[in-house]
Amino acid sequence: MIRSLLMPARLLVDFVAGVGQGALFFLRLCLLGLASLRRPRLVVDQVHFIGNYSLSIIMVSGLLVGFILGLQGYYTLRQFGSEDTVGLVVTLSLVRELGPIVTALLFAGRAGTSLTAEIGLMKAGEQLDAMEMMAVDPVERVLAPRFLAAVVSMPLLAALFSALGVLGGYLVGVELIGVDAGSFWSQMQAGVDWLDDVGNGVIKSIVFGFTVAFVALYVGYRAQPTPEGVARATTTTVVASSLAVLALDFVLTALMFGAY
Amino acid sequence: MKRLGVDLLVGLFVLLGFAALVFLALRAGNMSSALGLGQTFAVSAQFDNIGGLKPRAAVRSAGVVVGRVTSIGFDDQTYRAQVTMELDERYEFPKDTSAKILTSGLLGEQYIGLEPGGDVEMLAAGDSIQLTQSAVVLENLVGQFLYGRAAEGSRQ
Repeated sequence: MIRSLLMPARLLVDFVAGVGQGALFFLRLCLLGLASLRRPRLVVDQVHFIGNYSLSIIMVSGLLVGFILGLQGYYTLRQFGSEDTVGLVVTLSLVRELGPIVTALLFAGRAGTSLTAEIGLMKAGEQLDAMEMMAVDPVERVLAPRFLAAVVSMPLLAALFSALGVLGGYLVGVELIGVDAGSFWSQMQAGVDWLDDVGNGVIKSIVFGFTVAFVALYVGYRAQPTPEGVARATTTTVVASSLAVLALDFVLTALMFGAY
Repeated sequence: MKRLGVDLLVGLFVLLGFAALVFLALRAGNMSSALGLGQTFAVSAQFDNIGGLKPRAAVRSAGVVVGRVTSIGFDDQTYRAQVTMELDERYEFPKDTSAKILTSGLLGEQYIGLEPGGDVEMLAAGDSIQLTQSAVVLENLVGQFLYGRAAEGSRQ
């Protein structure tokens, strides 16, 4: 009886403790991530694995999203006779929102899951325990370089996504439909501010990089060391980091562009 | 050997990412004009009503962009809008140049149009433009039209 009455309190305590653990782990990853600059080899290997292997999916998706935005923007803007602004519409939506978000979602699916699965399997195979036995901190040796690599890769991938999207919009808008190339670019340059729009987009992608990398590594590190546990952890990574990215984006957009 | 290959690929990835950033800032954004304009001088003007003019709006003369609006404020001494703009230093304008707020197209953005006067002295940094014309506010126009109709009706 008393136990069931205390249940909510127990849950609350567990929740707060979980938040505390997560925050501490995040701080530790940040500090050790910086410290892992002393082992650049490990970080470069991870950037290769996380960044380079994500290039193809990010670039192709960016191009396709640009195509779609160009086509859809053109159909809508044509009703107002302002199809010249299609470049501006494509670029603003990519740079401000879609670039960072879609890249983060793809990044969570492509790189986040592999990080979680890798860490989870290392834990299931007791490799992390073995490291601890040899007085090597697995967080410092295994997790921190991956964290730093993911944080570095994410903004670069988002910038590539947006740039390819702009090119996609150009291909559809100018080459396919026949919007005037001059006004396509000049409208874009008149409406896109390099600091307010491009800069804030980069800040967003950096924040999302931290988010996805942290969720992937934390979930992997805390996974049940069983096959089902690793499977569940991989799913959790995608779900949790996608939701976190979308929720954070709402907050960031309200903060950055709320004044308009 | 494999080591070098990985390093090369990672370097290529990083360079590609930065190239994309530069492309976004320079080609898609206005970094080139924001920093490249460089040599500008600031001129201010007071308007009775600026309508929907926004900071960063274009300043045009004869349709050519010659500067940008930098800031918009309210002067509580004259109760008018205080607009500061930066003009490209390559161009000179007479001191009695007039400024008016125009709209590009029917629903387009508002910009400042400069009409050069005939003075021999030229505008210098910190000067203010005296002759200004406010933005056309649609509500006022409609109001005038309605009052005009009402006055006509009562006369008949």
